[in-house]
Amino acid sequence: MGRTLAEKVWDDHVVRRAEGEPDLLYIDLHLLHEVTSPQAFDGLRKGGRTVRRTDLTIATEDHNTPTLDIDKPIADPVSRTQLETLRKNCADFGVRLHPLGDDEQGVVHVVGPQLGLTQPGMTVVCGDSHTSTHGAFGALAFGIGTSQVEHVLATQTLPMAPFRTMAVTVTGELPDAVTAKDLILAIIARIGTGGGQGYVIEYRGEAIEKLSMESRMTICNMSIEAGARAGMIAPDETTFAYLQGRDHAPDGADREAAVDYWRTLRTDDDAVFDHEVVIDAAELAPFVTWGTNPGQGAPLSEVVPDPGSFDDPSERFAAEKALEYMGLTAGQPLRDIAVDTVFVGSCTNGRIEDLRAAAAVIEGRSVADGVRMLVVPGSVRVSLQAVAEGLDRVFTAAGAEWRHAGCSMCLGMNPDQLAPGERSASTSNRNFEGRQGKGGRTHLVSPQVAAATAVTGHLASPADLETTDAAQPVGV
Amino acid sequence: MEAFTTHTGRAVPLRRSNVDTDQIIPAHWLKKVTRDGFEDGLFEAWRRDPEFVLNKPERAGASVLVAGPDFGTGSSREHAVWALQNYGFAAVISPRFADIFRGNSLKNGLLTVVLPQSAVDTLWQAVEADPTTEITVDLVAREVRCGPSFRESFDLDDNARWRLLEGLDDISLTLRQEDDIAAYEAARPSFKPRTLTA
Repeated sequence: MGRTLAEKVWDDHVVRRAEGEPDLLYIDLHLLHEVTSPQAFDGLRKGGRTVRRTDLTIATEDHNTPTLDIDKPIADPVSRTQLETLRKNCADFGVRLHPLGDDEQGVVHVVGPQLGLTQPGMTVVCGDSHTSTHGAFGALAFGIGTSQVEHVLATQTLPMAPFRTMAVTVTGELPDAVTAKDLILAIIARIGTGGGQGYVIEYRGEAIEKLSMESRMTICNMSIEAGARAGMIAPDETTFAYLQGRDHAPDGADREAAVDYWRTLRTDDDAVFDHEVVIDAAELAPFVTWGTNPGQGAPLSEVVPDPGSFDDPSERFAAEKALEYMGLTAGQPLRDIAVDTVFVGSCTNGRIEDLRAAAAVIEGRSVADGVRMLVVPGSVRVSLQAVAEGLDRVFTAAGAEWRHAGCSMCLGMNPDQLAPGERSASTSNRNFEGRQGKGGRTHLVSPQVAAATAVTGHLASPADLETTDAAQPVGV
Repeated sequence: MEAFTTHTGRAVPLRRSNVDTDQIIPAHWLKKVTRDGFEDGLFEAWRRDPEFVLNKPERAGASVLVAGPDFGTGSSREHAVWALQNYGFAAVISPRFADIFRGNSLKNGLLTVVLPQSAVDTLWQAVEADPTTEITVDLVAREVRCGPSFRESFDLDDNARWRLLEGLDDISLTLRQEDDIAAYEAARPSFKPRTLTA
């Protein structure tokens, strides 16, 4: 019987397989950041151990870093200590680090791909659940806990329990107004936040094949929000072209050998998935969340659902709690929801294409009165590229704030946070209670919806702006 | 890691599904660089409500958390496990756990027990009716017991169970496979990327 893409990559990394034991997998790339690594390095010290493969390890600073005044000392002493701890650990153990102020600094899942370090057929881990992002290249990439970070540092391997395979096939073509973010939000709403538990999802089908690498990263990034162990997309010409010429991508004879191997990384025709989901791209529309988990979403054109409409008692109760926390009423049109803040950024939607898409919507328009819009590039490289294209000026001319790269308001570990009761439209990945700041309320949206929402002050799609523009008297 | 064999204690019924790790321990607590001192951050936002179950005096000292499905979703932060342990929990029971949280728990000796929703409902009713009710989580027999009539077995693969029962250090176990690791490394293709230039 044939094998799926995930099974092929897994099999190619088995260091040891023994009856009754989890497979021991080799790890090709280990990404580190300041939040989930200090206790791991501490463990190495206590055990008298070293980092086995510093040449397969790389660190950056992202979660705690400020997005303003980065040339000044970090105001929060605890954040400062955590960053200083990473710097000391990397220096002591010989790990390459891109700290705040460095041109390669940024959100860890933006940095890996842009350096060309993420490649098809690799195993990639990081002490961060959004490591699933790297699956866009046909890599098997998953988030791990700090004990596993220590394990990989010490051994470059991980014992891993077997997984199940799920195919999410998106047939047909995405309508023009529908983005990768809308698609993944719709997928999560369909399979649920626990529906992917134990599975590696492979996204496939015509609509997926047509996506750019950056859109594929948006899709795979949020696999974890469906509870999946990882998400993957088979590498193809789009993948190979993206990698060409990047710092760490193979070249010359190595590239030929690599591409030959990469071309084998496709699910065999006779392979069988443990579970299959089919989605018709043509039926999709801009999608937003109304609740407090990423599965609680609906098309923007709909209304806040009635908790009573959920058959499952636990889902019904969760919806009641969510509406209470979000300050929403069943039946309220989603388009009527007014926001205070718009956040464009994160490992989900902080890449150059995301900034271009948001800029295209907001260009020549203004952020609505009383709305704060933060644009936070995913990395310094993204930021430099955006500045070279003049995108920063598009945003600032519209009244948005252009910030330094980092995780920022996606999780509010740095000063970029929502105030209690404040509501945001955010291109990030989690609408959990308090995620963006104590008492803050989050609606997950695409960069295009974020920009349109900033202009109108309530949840809106770019198409809504055209209607508004047309309705406005000209020359008055 | 400390070994886990069997544990008996009073319980906290947490009637919530999708308890994400941001609820278990909010992000601002993650700036700490130690594995301890997270107990005050456990469910920090919910604990501001005096009616929250953890704040009830009769739940003080409870050590078994009984929660709804999809416990531990979201962020991979192992701090969520440390916070539960620092607070005094030895075991969590739920119909379904998020994968990363479950892996982190087993690495730290926090036992996560999957029971069907119907069994969780029974336990909720029992411990709500009488807060002094004790639950026994028995890893040796792979079963949960409560009162005279509740007895429900649970699955946990033999290898994970053995590691927990023995309190084994995974890194030491893996380092015994040095020959296999070295052999794998010797055969890795040259086109695989390196972060450092030689």
